[in-house]
Amino acid sequence: MSDTILKLTDVKTHFPITRGFLVKRHIGTVKAVDGVNLTVRRGEVLGLVGESGCGKSTLARTILQLVPTTSGTVVLNGRNLATSSARELLAARRDLQMVFQDPYASLNPRMTVFATLAEPLIVHRVCAPADVAARVAELMRLVGLAPRFMQKYPHEFSGGQRQRIAIARALALEPKIIVADEPVSALDVSIQAQILNLLAQLTKKMNLTLIFIAHDLSVVKHISDRVAVMYLGKIVELGLAADVIERPHHPYTRALVSAIPTPNPDTERTRQRIVLAGDPPSPINPPIGCSFHPRCAYAQAQCKVAAPALMADGVNREVACVRLADLP
Amino acid sequence: MPLLNVHDLRTHFHTRNGIYRAVDGVSFSVERGETLGIVGESGSGKSVTCYSIMGLIPQPPGRIVSGTAFFDGIDLLHCSPHQARSIRGKRVSMIFQDPMTSLNPFLRVSEQIIEPLLIHENISRSEALTRALTMLEAVGINDASKRIHYYPHEFSGGMRQRVMIAMALITKPELLIADEPTTALDVTVQAQILELIGKMQRELGMAVIFITHDLGVVSGLCDRVQVMYAGRIVETADTRTLFKAPRHPYTRALQRSIPALQTKGAELYTIPGLPPDVSKNIPGCAFAPRCEFATDRCAATNPELMAIDAKHSQACLRVQAGETLARS
Repeated sequence: MSDTILKLTDVKTHFPITRGFLVKRHIGTVKAVDGVNLTVRRGEVLGLVGESGCGKSTLARTILQLVPTTSGTVVLNGRNLATSSARELLAARRDLQMVFQDPYASLNPRMTVFATLAEPLIVHRVCAPADVAARVAELMRLVGLAPRFMQKYPHEFSGGQRQRIAIARALALEPKIIVADEPVSALDVSIQAQILNLLAQLTKKMNLTLIFIAHDLSVVKHISDRVAVMYLGKIVELGLAADVIERPHHPYTRALVSAIPTPNPDTERTRQRIVLAGDPPSPINPPIGCSFHPRCAYAQAQCKVAAPALMADGVNREVACVRLADLP
Repeated sequence: MPLLNVHDLRTHFHTRNGIYRAVDGVSFSVERGETLGIVGESGSGKSVTCYSIMGLIPQPPGRIVSGTAFFDGIDLLHCSPHQARSIRGKRVSMIFQDPMTSLNPFLRVSEQIIEPLLIHENISRSEALTRALTMLEAVGINDASKRIHYYPHEFSGGMRQRVMIAMALITKPELLIADEPTTALDVTVQAQILELIGKMQRELGMAVIFITHDLGVVSGLCDRVQVMYAGRIVETADTRTLFKAPRHPYTRALQRSIPALQTKGAELYTIPGLPPDVSKNIPGCAFAPRCEFATDRCAATNPELMAIDAKHSQACLRVQAGETLARS
């Protein structure tokens, strides 16, 4: 397909656990991302949801090659980033930028806004030294900050303003894809709305592709075109955002959706909640077979044998569950 | 007579940058067995209100400037330390946001759970341990007889919050103050904990003050909700009324900025500006600078909370004057 901008094929990111100081013994593996296939289309907003520890942040970092890929390919514009050299990666990152969760931690406290926003311009030599100041001012206006704050330090800004600076930094190189890892989780509701509006408006205006990671399903539903649900390093359901969240098919997505409290007292009191037993299992020793089977109400013997692959389920929907046809 | 009656509570912090009016004239009451939700953004003073009642404000820099908090006829803010100790942790107890930091990492869970019993009830260690065991089972910890001897780090986040709840409820308190107990947890675990708090409340018949910034959590759990802004209560009503017919402009703006209540993809309402700096004296309505309906009078006169009907009060001068504030 020509409008595919990023394609992940069987991506695995494993972290070894070692013990010992001089002689390191390998005692286990954290399978943070364990076989993800994903196609991102040009200009879409793809939401990525899941609970903590499901590997959504590691997947984001894998896409940017901030952590090495164990196996599989990450193909951006026909180039496999997993096997690229450092020089090629540097070039690729002009098209691929990231916004992090915590705007308090992701901005250097010793750099002014100007220094923060000028750095990518200088590193990638995208504009002449004389034009840097003008470009920084333009970026600040783009995200709704007044250019007169250029010489201020991050601590002089509120959380929402800092997140705007982080977004401006990601936009500096006019990337094609932005990966936003929980960009609004650390913000208050009223500030969250400002940042969501800004991201939605920028993706439209600049024809960006946005990979939006969050654990808040209502936020993801609001901003995304498609949504991928992750559980223990694998994608279990993928489809159009409103469709997946209003009519979830996979048993895990159903439980996840039903666990979200909704701000409506009438429906909230009467609806049936699926309360999952226990905590998500550890990615160090994920259960054999479907990783969700120990908590799944519909699990059968076959679920404990082999991990189900993501299969097409109607139009625009893929689900990884072998019992899909028998589910009520 | 209400179980807890707080009147004109003012808690200020004296810092190098001036007097920080974290709570500035808050009055409310809680009936026996009732669940009261306190919502507000960070810095609105919802936690400080409850810390003041529990005597957890460090003095200095904090100072409770005025107010009374009558719990069953005893003023918690002015009674003798001896009397206060007989109530706190026994008849009023509290659970905190982060179970990671609020349990002592050096003590076995068993020691921490029986501590309130040893202090408040004249019973032997072995008897206390038996009761702790029953309590742990009641909050849904499997294999409690073994796990009671674990250290906090051996539990997951959700399990730790269960331990915290067991610890708070072991003395069968009449009032439980829950300060964002599920904010640090995943949604599926949050659903478990909310279910548990509801169940324990029905069993013990206690009143609950539930502090949160998540309007969704409030809608399912609370009988009555009060909204705080800049250290003041701006609106209080029973849950259904607050969601169906909010009157104060801040409550209305807050609801319009939540993605879950808006149609997908629509631009969210954003409250312009930032919350006020509470280290400055605010003569008028604290929300006036950000309010789309503010007049000159709003900036000059501090509105009192006034009843609309028996259960619904709000603090907006224009609504009190009988105006209907239509959105332009």
